Amino acid sequence: MTRIEFWQGNTACAEGALAAGCNFFGGYPITPSTEVAEIMAAKMPKKGGVFIQMEDEIAGIASIIGASWTGARSMTATSGPGFSLMMENIGYAAMTETPCMIVNVQRGGPSTGQPTMGAQGDMMQVRFGSQGDYAIIALCPANVQEMYELTARAFNLADQYRVPVFLMADEIVGHMREKIIIPDSMPQIPRRPLVKGTLPFKAGADLVPGFPQFGKGYGVHVTGLTHDERGYPAATNPQLHEALVRRLVDKIENARHAIADFDIINPDAEQVFIAYGAPVRTVQQVMHDHPDKNIGFLRLRTVWPFPEFALREFKNVKRFLMPELNLGQMAREVERHVRVPVVSIQKLGGELTTPTELVAALEAPL
Amino acid sequence: MSFDDWYRQDRLPHIYCAGCGNGTIINCTLAAVDQMGWKKDDTVFVSGIGCSSRAPGYIVTDSLHTTHGRAIAFATGVKLANPDLHVIVFTGDGDLAAIGGNHFIHGCRRNIDLTVVCMNNQIYGMTGGQGSPTTPKGCLSSTTPAGCAEMPFDLCELAIAAGANYVSRWTSYHVKELEKAVKVGLETPGFSFIEALVQCPTAFGRRNKFRQVADHVEYLRAHSLLKAKSDRLLAEGKPIPEDMFVVGELARRNRPALGVKP
Repeated sequence: MTRIEFWQGNTACAEGALAAGCNFFGGYPITPSTEVAEIMAAKMPKKGGVFIQMEDEIAGIASIIGASWTGARSMTATSGPGFSLMMENIGYAAMTETPCMIVNVQRGGPSTGQPTMGAQGDMMQVRFGSQGDYAIIALCPANVQEMYELTARAFNLADQYRVPVFLMADEIVGHMREKIIIPDSMPQIPRRPLVKGTLPFKAGADLVPGFPQFGKGYGVHVTGLTHDERGYPAATNPQLHEALVRRLVDKIENARHAIADFDIINPDAEQVFIAYGAPVRTVQQVMHDHPDKNIGFLRLRTVWPFPEFALREFKNVKRFLMPELNLGQMAREVERHVRVPVVSIQKLGGELTTPTELVAALEAPL
Repeated sequence: MSFDDWYRQDRLPHIYCAGCGNGTIINCTLAAVDQMGWKKDDTVFVSGIGCSSRAPGYIVTDSLHTTHGRAIAFATGVKLANPDLHVIVFTGDGDLAAIGGNHFIHGCRRNIDLTVVCMNNQIYGMTGGQGSPTTPKGCLSSTTPAGCAEMPFDLCELAIAAGANYVSRWTSYHVKELEKAVKVGLETPGFSFIEALVQCPTAFGRRNKFRQVADHVEYLRAHSLLKAKSDRLLAEGKPIPEDMFVVGELARRNRPALGVKP
């Protein structure tokens, strides 16, 4: 039965994961994500799953990658400093095509920064933080409802594309409490198993190989080294390396239309906001307060792969306005896709962009 | 012995140098695994980075060749998520004791049901012979050109202090003893740690006056002090020579373990 709750964002994230069939959580406590781990510690064993508090975030992500190879739907949750520690193994997950789910409740950085304050400073790190070329999927929730729903979807995307998927929340959304409508059930798309007799890293048209789960007789060798379709190291073969890395990127970039999740509001407007995460709420407030201003809005839930095609829906746009809790990380991505000005409305310090700030940007001469 | 069945024939030839001791350790481990009667489908090998960590790539089972130092953390996830799997970790001194030291002690503390086999060549072999946390004091390496100034780790003492259920040390000379030790490790619930000192002619031997592979193996044999003899010396109040290391079964106990199938 559908029910209504009044939940914190981090609670919704943990509950969404459990509803999605998450059965392994390995992590390390860090503000402002800790509630996710605490709820998992309490609830996971009752559902027959595994909760383990590891010795650091490096071990946290290592454990969920290991668990994933046994078929588990596995996740971890962290924030900036822990996220930085995870980078090497995130690259390992990308290279080995290990489905896993990583929650980053972003706080002010760099370094220890502002543990209890919101930020969106890790948007480039999530895309490019580990060495080499690769691609990932990142989702950004703007409210407690989306903390639940996007978490659940992240597991499906991870399994479907065999890639680490990130819920890039922020402290504001993670710690706010608001109404949430819990659906009866969340759809679960299972991992496609490898067809026996097929090479374990040979992909078909969608560029995603079937999954050779440990313990099922595949005898698969998984390595972070450049590997051939058998999974065997082939680190000095230039053509093979290029083909592998291009496939890892293309399997995500080619699927960006299917992965994309966004709303387009007032596509005929001349001034268009683009926002993801907590600043979405400020844009909504401004649109509510100024119905006369004919404001356009591209509201992103999928940030990576970036759905650049959505920008082309705004035919009359004179400029894009992009509030972010960083120094314009995603505005830079938008700029490389459009010919009109992109106004980056930047906010650091931990507080949310205010409606007054957005109205001032709207009213600035074109 | 039928450890041959456990190798991927299509991966040969292997990357190890002529005279390397790692093959001996892998053979002993696979012989012990074979004696357990485990199915290949239920056995998983996990490793980090380094010469030792290439071993799982030559074995027919499912295997996870992971990032430097993190094998035990990955293996923890595999074992907890599916306790039906037998999980064995191959590691080396640099992988386990330097970059992976924290995961090592926490694996022992949790007493998670893994068997960890460490090929301790006392040097970073794969990167060309840099000093490691087990390089003996005074020994030469490319990063200790005047002789190692630091004291080495005693990996077994570390494992015992941190809580591992089974701890044993042998060398590449003691193949029968090593095979038996690995088997006891596989049989023991909880964290089993087997350290195997190995010769590394390319990176260690040629810098440290072991002109022949056999010279180094003979050194390992001659400087092994059996646990019983070491205990006797201690009881008599006699000192243990500084260049000797104790071999044998160093701990065997039944602390509560994690990841054991109920």
